[in-house]
Amino acid sequence: MSLDFAQDVQVDAPPPVEEVPSRGANLRANLRQLARKPVFLIAVLYVFFVVVSAFWPKLFTSAGPYDTHPETAMLSPRLGHLFGTDLYGRDLWTRVLYGSPLTIKATLIALAIAIVAGLTLGVVSGFFAGFTDAFLMRVVDVLLAIPGLLLALSIVTALGYGTIPVAVAVGVGIVPGFARTTRSEVLRVKTLPYVEAARAGGASWGRVLWRHILPNSWGPVAVLAVLDAGVAIIAIASLSFLGFGAAPPAAEWGTLIADGRNYLVTSWWLSLLPGLFVALLVLSLNHISKTLQELTR
Amino acid sequence: MSALVEISGLDVGYLRHRTIRPAVVGLDLRVEPAEVVAVVGESGSGKTTLANAVIGLLPANGRVTAGSAIVDGVETAGAKERTLRKLRGSVVGLIPQDPMVGLNPTKRVGAQVAEAVRLRGGTEPAEEYLEQAGVPDPAMRARQYPHELSGGLRQRVLIAIALAGQPKLIIADEPTSALDVTVQKRILDHLSGLVREQGIGLLIITHDLAVAADRADRVIVMQHGRKVEEGDPRTILTVPRQHYTRQLIAAAPRLAHGGRVVPRFDVRGQEEPAAILTLTGVSKTFAVSDRRHGRRGFNALDNVSVTVPRGRTHALVGESGCGKTTTLRIALGLEPATGGSIKLDGTEITGLSWNKLRPLRRKAQLVHQDPFATLDPKFTIGQSITEPLVSFRIGDRRSRQARARELLDQVALPAAYLDRLPTELSGGQRQRVAIARALALRPELLMLDEPVSALDVLVQEQILQLLADLQQALGLSYLFVSHDLAIVAEISHTVSVMSEGRVVEQGPVAEVFTNPQSRHTRELIDAIPGQRADAV
Repeated sequence: MSLDFAQDVQVDAPPPVEEVPSRGANLRANLRQLARKPVFLIAVLYVFFVVVSAFWPKLFTSAGPYDTHPETAMLSPRLGHLFGTDLYGRDLWTRVLYGSPLTIKATLIALAIAIVAGLTLGVVSGFFAGFTDAFLMRVVDVLLAIPGLLLALSIVTALGYGTIPVAVAVGVGIVPGFARTTRSEVLRVKTLPYVEAARAGGASWGRVLWRHILPNSWGPVAVLAVLDAGVAIIAIASLSFLGFGAAPPAAEWGTLIADGRNYLVTSWWLSLLPGLFVALLVLSLNHISKTLQELTR
Repeated sequence: MSALVEISGLDVGYLRHRTIRPAVVGLDLRVEPAEVVAVVGESGSGKTTLANAVIGLLPANGRVTAGSAIVDGVETAGAKERTLRKLRGSVVGLIPQDPMVGLNPTKRVGAQVAEAVRLRGGTEPAEEYLEQAGVPDPAMRARQYPHELSGGLRQRVLIAIALAGQPKLIIADEPTSALDVTVQKRILDHLSGLVREQGIGLLIITHDLAVAADRADRVIVMQHGRKVEEGDPRTILTVPRQHYTRQLIAAAPRLAHGGRVVPRFDVRGQEEPAAILTLTGVSKTFAVSDRRHGRRGFNALDNVSVTVPRGRTHALVGESGCGKTTTLRIALGLEPATGGSIKLDGTEITGLSWNKLRPLRRKAQLVHQDPFATLDPKFTIGQSITEPLVSFRIGDRRSRQARARELLDQVALPAAYLDRLPTELSGGQRQRVAIARALALRPELLMLDEPVSALDVLVQEQILQLLADLQQALGLSYLFVSHDLAIVAEISHTVSVMSEGRVVEQGPVAEVFTNPQSRHTRELIDAIPGQRADAV
């Protein structure tokens, strides 16, 4: 340039170092922000408790789920019997805890099915576009048109009851949501310059897909997964409520709620407390999902 | 007469993590009626914050911590929403930065202008203001939707909306940075004409001192939230007191050379080196279909021939939509040409499949326009830079790391940046990383798609300098796409001026700039800001 700065005697203040938060600081800030949300913490703790109790119920109760005590039948909630007792004097708290493994395990498997199938469908259809996209999306549309519970009922009727059939039944029902979300994210990421830059750098489509498109499009899908965990739990509870659940005396959330229906006026806790237990779990999952969504935005 | 805007000792900050970070510090500013004042500074200097504070549109975490801002006799610092609402539109009009998102896409533009008229309580037809804002055929345009208008027309509609409130002051926040230089010139000419005719005060916010100096009666230079210099453009240009102002002047090519555009390289009469890239008669037709005309072809490129000599820079210049980016993408094989031949280093690449083309990738690489989208946000800088090496399975982990360090060194970034994520870098730094990635395979040709147009003028100059240094050190050839002739003059040896898919003029930069043959070239040269420097 033609201007000469050499004889420039005036000293300017040194430019302040640009403040860019480092990655660790960002993560810490995010965690701090989460820690300041007490409702979020309570929700996380509650979900954690339910999952742990599903695998190791003995940690939280000393009674057995089938121990009948006719002398203490139909007790209202009190110390020693947190949720009261049922018609045969069985501790309801214990039965609720022992009733969770199938639901929780089936939910986890259903989510795994939905995420794998949904991601694959969404990525394939978003990535290849054209006929493949149109075809897959119409299939998804057909799935969407069938009410989820009806689909689950038919699958359970055909396959019989058990963790895997229930998981398949519920998982298939929530695949369309995953497929659609993934597809829209893939369509967005696919056109970004860094994908083109990778292509220009000689990367194969497989590499672009695996290293660029997938990691950058699964954020909203993860949020949806947490949200759909709640949906899956309600679907499984509905199945057992309708009588597709485990046979007595085995307990399950849906059957517990159904069994207490007849005593709603005299012994409200038989239906309401297990119901609240499930409702609180779904609510917690929804809240976690919403908080995560706000954070990633 | 009292001032329209009187700001004294204004402090504005943003609340983040429970501390207030100052964005504007102790600022004083006056705007008289019928006066044009320009606020100049790089991004982050607080100029937009200042504009938003005046009109009471700070984001939710913005706080005015001290001082006062009196607009037309009303205190706006800490004022209630109701007081401010009376000011907006009728006293202060705002022309937002981005014409592409500034209009409601679901309403006809006439209705949007009419809304501003109605809010003031007026009854005149919207066409009147569209005409004032320089929209041709206003009656027809008023019935159109924003997506049917070009960027320049949309900007005029936004000006019409601002005028419809019959304000005493118009704030224009980077009113033209999203537009081509030629459109930019037309819009600014028109806006300053309106201001002088109607006695409206105008506050222009810009990062380009050349634009400010061309238009303003008074220029205020801001840096890090403080006013560093104030004065009339003549004084600022001739006797700048601050180092920062001098930097800004040096970064605006036309100001630096006293109002003339001086190409850096003069290759007239020199023998041209052998070509590394030759495009001969390349055409490209896109199929478009609309309801009225059915399916038809749209000629994006029509018989374009371009040659990039080895070790030199060839520039493609033109307004947006003239086909320069399409040419670049075709030359890189990212898009197939409809006709013609493309030879890269002697190899014909038209019709080659992806796999056949792939080895040629090592010879030519691409740098994108937008530094914020060109790096994968999930990749560290090191991963981004070494990605082409991984794709071509060159070297092992250790040798790739060493190469990444070397590349960072070449683009003047510290090696510590290898583990950083793109979000931790500024725009200029990201563009350096993008250049480093393009250099990873040791290509002979770099295709640069408006590599500096998204950056501040000062950073622009640094990147251009870096590109020039790299060319010298590594013997690179560049194909440089830009809409700005001032930038082309800084870096190119030869140039092709394009318009509507054709090359209208071609030759050494020094020749084309001193003796432009075509109308398009003359328009582009006239549009380079900084002409007022002629007078001083």
